[in-house]
Amino acid sequence: MLNSQFSNLNQLTIVEVLKGLKGKKFSAVELTQACLDRIKRVDDKVKAFITVCTKEALEKAKEADREIKKDSKVFDKKPLMGIPFSMKDVYCTKGIETTAGSKILESYIPQYNATVYQKLLDVGGILIGKTNCDAWGHGVSTENSDYFTTHNPWNLEFVAGGSSGGCGAALASDMTLFSIGEDTGGSIRLPSSFCSTSGLKVTYGRVSRYGAIAYASSLDTVGPMAKTVEDLSLILNIIAGKDQLDATTSANQVPDYWKSLTSKVRGLSIGLPREFFGKGIDKEVKRLVLQAVEKLKENGFRTVEVTIPMLKYAIPVYYLLACSETSSNLGRYDGIRYGHNRNSFGAEAKRRIMLGTFALSAGYYDQCYLKAQKARTLVIQDYKKAFRECDCIVAPVSPKPPFKIGEKADDPLAMYLEDIYTATINTAGIPSLALPCGFSQKGLPIGMQIIGPQFSEELLFKVGHFYQERTEYHKRKPKVLLHE
Amino acid sequence: MNKNNYLTIIGIEVHLELKTKSKMFCGCCAGHFRVKPNTHTCPVCLGLPGALPVPNRKAIEWCFLIGKALNCNSREDSSFDRKNYFYPDLAKGFQISQFNQPFCREGFLTIKGSTLIRINLDKDKPFPSKKVRINRVHMEEDTAKLLHKIVDGEKVSLIDFNRSGVPLVEIVTEADINSSQEAVEYLKKLQQIIRYLGVSDCDMEKGSMRCEINISLISQQFPISNFKLPNYKVEIKNINSFKFVKRAIEYEITRQKELLKRGESPIQETRGFNENRQKTYSQRSKEEAHDYRYFPEPDIPLIKISNLKSQISNVIPELPEEKKERFIKVYNLSEYNASILVLDIQKADYYEGTVKAGGDPQGTANIIINKRIDINKFTPKQLVKHLQKQKTDKVSDTAKLNEVIDNILKQNQKAAYDFKKGKQEVIGFLIGQVIRETAGKADAQTVKKLLIEKLK
Repeated sequence: MLNSQFSNLNQLTIVEVLKGLKGKKFSAVELTQACLDRIKRVDDKVKAFITVCTKEALEKAKEADREIKKDSKVFDKKPLMGIPFSMKDVYCTKGIETTAGSKILESYIPQYNATVYQKLLDVGGILIGKTNCDAWGHGVSTENSDYFTTHNPWNLEFVAGGSSGGCGAALASDMTLFSIGEDTGGSIRLPSSFCSTSGLKVTYGRVSRYGAIAYASSLDTVGPMAKTVEDLSLILNIIAGKDQLDATTSANQVPDYWKSLTSKVRGLSIGLPREFFGKGIDKEVKRLVLQAVEKLKENGFRTVEVTIPMLKYAIPVYYLLACSETSSNLGRYDGIRYGHNRNSFGAEAKRRIMLGTFALSAGYYDQCYLKAQKARTLVIQDYKKAFRECDCIVAPVSPKPPFKIGEKADDPLAMYLEDIYTATINTAGIPSLALPCGFSQKGLPIGMQIIGPQFSEELLFKVGHFYQERTEYHKRKPKVLLHE
Repeated sequence: MNKNNYLTIIGIEVHLELKTKSKMFCGCCAGHFRVKPNTHTCPVCLGLPGALPVPNRKAIEWCFLIGKALNCNSREDSSFDRKNYFYPDLAKGFQISQFNQPFCREGFLTIKGSTLIRINLDKDKPFPSKKVRINRVHMEEDTAKLLHKIVDGEKVSLIDFNRSGVPLVEIVTEADINSSQEAVEYLKKLQQIIRYLGVSDCDMEKGSMRCEINISLISQQFPISNFKLPNYKVEIKNINSFKFVKRAIEYEITRQKELLKRGESPIQETRGFNENRQKTYSQRSKEEAHDYRYFPEPDIPLIKISNLKSQISNVIPELPEEKKERFIKVYNLSEYNASILVLDIQKADYYEGTVKAGGDPQGTANIIINKRIDINKFTPKQLVKHLQKQKTDKVSDTAKLNEVIDNILKQNQKAAYDFKKGKQEVIGFLIGQVIRETAGKADAQTVKKLLIEKLK
């Protein structure tokens, strides 16, 4: 049944795979095996996965093939039938080890499924593994994982970004068809940018967080990472919506993101926030993002300069809120349950717990936590104002291209500054789509983000898809691993 | 000024377990008394990684109901907060509670004042009724339960999570209570009201009603209306009956008085109450007090209470005070009888049921109060029958009773003489004699009436 046209099944996008599966060009087992083979061949270099579910995945794939054979219309009910995917290791998967990248939860087997995982299982998805991340999501490079550092498939000496670095690297090296990441201050967008993949940070409340091991509850968002914007829209169709188990999910209607992808976008106005292109940005990054904006302008978009003055407080506001919440969320790992005592916390987790504990303590609460909450309101207002001037905002994801493993390991503050362009989006609770917009002279990926008002995912997808229809960056494959 | 006169100042925190079907933030059954350990649990109340709380609507409505019954105000928006501390019975490392925006605040409960100190006394009322101000009524979750046992010869602490996440309402008074009697009066009244609302069993022994007493003494100064609170307070915990509340307070008053007389200031601390020794003992001093690092619970959105409020005003039942007034007015009962009948709602309902089934209001009240009718044994209808039979019996008995009374008066001519001379209290003696003669069958009120007529 294997057609030579599909010799590298693992390299396909979801849209391509669905065509193949529906047309019976290949089977779910063949597809899953292709991904598992790829993991076997390259993951000892990339180190994207903490757990690979070989046996379970193949069993599921066999089931999927049986279902497809039995009922050719099965895809109407289960739109992701037979599609292998991976998840950041922060999602509870019943019976499958879930560590959050931390030694505290080493060998922890959840008793229940995260809502996002259950939803994907319900539509026929096949989990092939759990990917590496900075422990608890605390980081921008996976160097804070308590297990190992994930390498960038474009250049193995470089970081893959973080904290969902395993997701980005697994996608970029074609080990998985899509991945579910988690973004608290940039954790989906940064690895998307560093690995040249597409990733969506959703509006807070769009996707259920139930079963996502919390980093900072008011900022955490669950989102898809994939090879194309089109694929992202298919996944969001499945995972978005109200969940009775997460009180912060919105009852807003979930549109058909995929169907509306190709509707008209010409004539929209793009806001360019001057603070995102000012001091501290790498010349190449600036050039490539503005080049992407140019591309959109050529095709009928307008641009307008906007301003987000609160960007200068992005890092203190984000870190005060995130650390305060994480100090509380991690309190349950007190050594009584889960089998490991508090000494098993890594250095970065301890740093953030202490920072947050301090910010919430009597006598400091007003000047730290409370002040950050007030600043948060101002950040929200900044974006609201900006969106009166434009339909969406285009900005770089990171001020710099990917950095080398170890380069910033001794400088936590330099690490924190990686979040400068991404963190305010979480603070404001709005969505942002990250996608590739070029490569540095060293051949390292550069990404941009398209930011919109609350619940504007549909619009972001349309603009992103429009751009990807006219560019090829998202189709490039890293050379390093090409012949592995 | 007498240096040895001290004013007792008490504030009370009460925790009530609501009897909702499910827990506060998950769908688990909230029942935990005599339940096999760890059978009513789920990821949420076990505090497992990734689980999220979803507030129980019914529990919130009931919290408002309590607030309303305690004359509280409520605000438009309310929110939950996290109270962070470490303890093995605390699954998440924090308790979801309310700090800045409790559901209800600034209410009051009127009780019978027992002291001569006229703080917040309502001068318009004939008896010294007293307003105990309620500072706040808020919602939180219960913790798990620790069981200290020996397993395989080893001393171990076991955790039962069945209680984890059971809805709790905390009711905090201002420091308006000035004696052990008032404290008990307040607690009894509160219990009565909550039971009327039907939202909690309020059983102190089973732990569905728990109280913490904050107590301090201040050297009495006049005018008392603008005294200053002392700069210390002692919190007493682990008290599980009204009797012990009284004992603990009285012990503490004596203890603090001794210290103050010696010129020492009692230290701010938390003390437990030892039932066997009838003493309080030090548990934790101020230096060891927690910094709970409260902050808004990010997993639960703000709660808009405008919708809830209208629903609550429709369901609030008639409370004891209103019921008493109505009983007096409608059934022509005495203040005393009415107040006994409304003590608990079952008794009050039973009374009304009997009257509605045809019972005479006065007779029914008398028989329920004086004969201590087992309301679980007879239905109101059965009681009505019984009452009617008794009435006919009584009529035929009247002649007999007159005979007995005449006999008694003959035998006790001295007493009859004394009464006529104005010594009113001998009537009690005479009634007693008559009742004894009839082997307890005669009704005291009737005997009294007949006696007085004959003695005129």
